[in-house]
Amino acid sequence: MAEKIRVVHYLNQFFAQIGGEEKTDIGPGFKEGPTGPGRALQQTLAEHGEVVATLFCGDNYFAEHAEEATQALLRQMARFNPQLLIAGPAFESGRYGVACGAICQAAQERLGIHTVAGMDEENAGAALYCKHVYIINSGDSVVRMLPALGRMVALGLKLVQGAPLGRPEEEGYIPRGIKRNAFAAKPPAERAMDMLLAKIRGEPFKSEIAAPQFHHIKPAPALRDLSSAVIALVTDGGLVTEGNPERMEPGRPTRFTTIPVEGIDRLDPKEFDVVHSGYDTAFANQDPHRLVPLDIMRELEQQGIIGKLHESIHATGGAHAAVENATRIGQGIAERLKSAGVTGVILTST
Amino acid sequence: MVQICTMIPVAKEVGSLRAMGSGGIVSPTGNPELTPEKEKEFRRDLVLRALQILKEDVRE
Repeated sequence: MAEKIRVVHYLNQFFAQIGGEEKTDIGPGFKEGPTGPGRALQQTLAEHGEVVATLFCGDNYFAEHAEEATQALLRQMARFNPQLLIAGPAFESGRYGVACGAICQAAQERLGIHTVAGMDEENAGAALYCKHVYIINSGDSVVRMLPALGRMVALGLKLVQGAPLGRPEEEGYIPRGIKRNAFAAKPPAERAMDMLLAKIRGEPFKSEIAAPQFHHIKPAPALRDLSSAVIALVTDGGLVTEGNPERMEPGRPTRFTTIPVEGIDRLDPKEFDVVHSGYDTAFANQDPHRLVPLDIMRELEQQGIIGKLHESIHATGGAHAAVENATRIGQGIAERLKSAGVTGVILTST
Repeated sequence: MVQICTMIPVAKEVGSLRAMGSGGIVSPTGNPELTPEKEKEFRRDLVLRALQILKEDVRE
């Protein structure tokens, strides 16, 4: 029988059983053998491979010190002489997904090992890394852990063994935009005609070319004169009026808040609250200016450096926001601000 | 619009054209480790930089 493949597993602080949101600042580390979902990974690998180590890092630490964390993780990883890195699955957790993508790309390029990440196709890490890394679409829910690990292992073993890979939808990974030659039963003219006829009959058909998705956003022109500008403050960090009267959701937001601040010089922590399930809100609750710089903006307005601070703050929560909802929320805020004569916006993001 | 954020690659990926670094995930316009006076100075500096970015055209 072939020798067992040496596998390392990357997890965030939560799945590595270090701690929850209060431990997201923890730096890179490792444990020997499998941890948490790594046990299911080991069972899935069975006699084909061995999880020799679990590497972990806090999500915030990775986001704030990406290169430092990557270097430290690769150093620790190299000691175990792995052939395959499995990262995640991160499901819909954006910071975790980005970390999984980044560590996989770095391990491929700098250690020359095979890697497979797992996350939901809408995870921010998927768009950023799917061209460079095989990312299994895990779906957005942790209940899909086992099937996701199953596909990650199947793909990982094929990569290590040099076995040919199927198309993205067969293997379950997010398309990388790579074209491969393949034999087709019919020549192009016949295939095109089949497609056309199917279309005319109203039958399903599938194009052989993926339509590119361009999201071209036209940059707003520069503000020539700040002293006449009307600036609005917007945040995706979940600021609400105390008691959350607008009932903003802490996660998967579908709406935004409108917080009147006319005549207010500072955000009193007793009068505001932060509702967001995606980060530790203790610091922003202690002093909301850490999230929305109203104090400074009011001073700049009084000093005449900006013309006017807009009369309301708009806020939403960025945690697990579906792209469609986030787009709608953004457009809603933009329409409100434009019709109110706002000329510039500072958006603060957690 | 200028975005003060930590994950600049993510901001750029979704089409944010004016993005700059923040004080961190849990305190984009603050730094809980500083004294209140220093923290406010830090925030003023971030905001002034953000306003400066609004004054500049985006090179495409």
